[in-house]
Amino acid sequence: MDTILQGFISAFKLITELNPELLKIIWLSLKVSGAALLLALILGLPLGALLALKRLPLRGLILGVINTGMGLPPVVVGLFVYLLLSRSGPLGFMELLYTPGAMIIAQLILAFPIIVSLAHSAIVNVNPIIRQAAQVLGANPLQEALTVVREARYGIMTGGIAALGRVTAEVGAVIIVGGNIAGYTRVITTTIALETDKGNFDLAIALGIILLGLSLLINLAFRALQRMGRTGSGVILWD
Amino acid sequence: MGLSLELVQVSKTYNGQVILKDCSWVFDTGLTHVLMGPNGTGKSTLLRICALLEAPNRGRVNYLADDGRPLAPDLDLKRRITLLLPSVGVFNTSVFHNVAYGLKIRGFKKREIEAKVDAILEAVGLAEKKRQRALDLSTGQSKRLGLARAMVLEPEVIFLDEPTASIDQANTEIIEEIIMKMKVEKRATIIMVTHDPAQAERLGDRLLLIKDGKLLPG
Repeated sequence: MDTILQGFISAFKLITELNPELLKIIWLSLKVSGAALLLALILGLPLGALLALKRLPLRGLILGVINTGMGLPPVVVGLFVYLLLSRSGPLGFMELLYTPGAMIIAQLILAFPIIVSLAHSAIVNVNPIIRQAAQVLGANPLQEALTVVREARYGIMTGGIAALGRVTAEVGAVIIVGGNIAGYTRVITTTIALETDKGNFDLAIALGIILLGLSLLINLAFRALQRMGRTGSGVILWD
Repeated sequence: MGLSLELVQVSKTYNGQVILKDCSWVFDTGLTHVLMGPNGTGKSTLLRICALLEAPNRGRVNYLADDGRPLAPDLDLKRRITLLLPSVGVFNTSVFHNVAYGLKIRGFKKREIEAKVDAILEAVGLAEKKRQRALDLSTGQSKRLGLARAMVLEPEVIFLDEPTASIDQANTEIIEEIIMKMKVEKRATIIMVTHDPAQAERLGDRLLLIKDGKLLPG
């Protein structure tokens, strides 16, 4: 009990003192997860929109695969990316293994299906009258599609927040492809795992508190977006 | 003059059921044509076909230019006509941006958009709601918003599908006044569906009935 209490006291000290090592780890975590999320949005949003707006062949199959991907075990993703990027793998020439780039790829694979699936669901659920309204006001097919996507923006942002929550809390994939190198690929989750192994609970607890804080923020943003999408209150993001 | 519209033997079938049967009509330019008939007789379908949102199974819809030349049903033509849907389809944004939508996609400049939208919002009595979220408007206000969104585009032909259904007397009067103004000031051809004979009397220059799938003069 004393160890835990002592751990919490030291953790708060690290946080309030803005410990440089702690800040570096947090910053790298945010950079890696932020980049993965951005890439997942750039790639996933058009696919989600296409699946929602166009009657593509094999659409059901593609959605089935994407939905299955939402539950991908991170360790399996880590293993897959490791095999791709290892020296003898097909992308070995890129020399990305044990770099933040490899961690971004792994997190991108985890975030992508969430973005596609939730964007698809948000766009499909836009009232069909919106598309007709755009049409009768003279929108061309692309403008019609963009109008529908814009109407689904709260749902899409919710997907983004859900994906961010998944990748920031993930440890299995990044530890395999990043290697947990101090000052280079060490992020919040991998540091917690390592420091707990070493019995150094101060830093582990401090990072745990920060990770919980991040999760809380993500959850609050998630709920706020859902509320804004449902009710008449909230900021008008289109203005 | 302006854009004129004629229907030539238009027929429409849904799931084997005949909705419209050989409907032919020439809609005189600059007049208000009121279309009446019981529910489910194909009035809305006819409007959607006229507005080029649906294709008939047989027959054709001809839009003719001033010189009588038939126009292709392309985006240019579609941007000269508009339809006010029975359920407006309000965009989840401000009242201003709802009305500005059609102008934006036509590439109008910001200052021009601002001036046109302000004038229309004033005309439909929604100027004070300009920055308000459009989804918060009442049903009557939403109908006025829909009309403003269509009017700001200055269409030559406008289709109104029950523009005053389920709204109160005050909003009905405002909407009727706007419809009259559109005809008088803009010389627009208006084709409107209503169930209210008194309204048809007040607004209509021509009365049409749909009976057993046929389009008949009223």
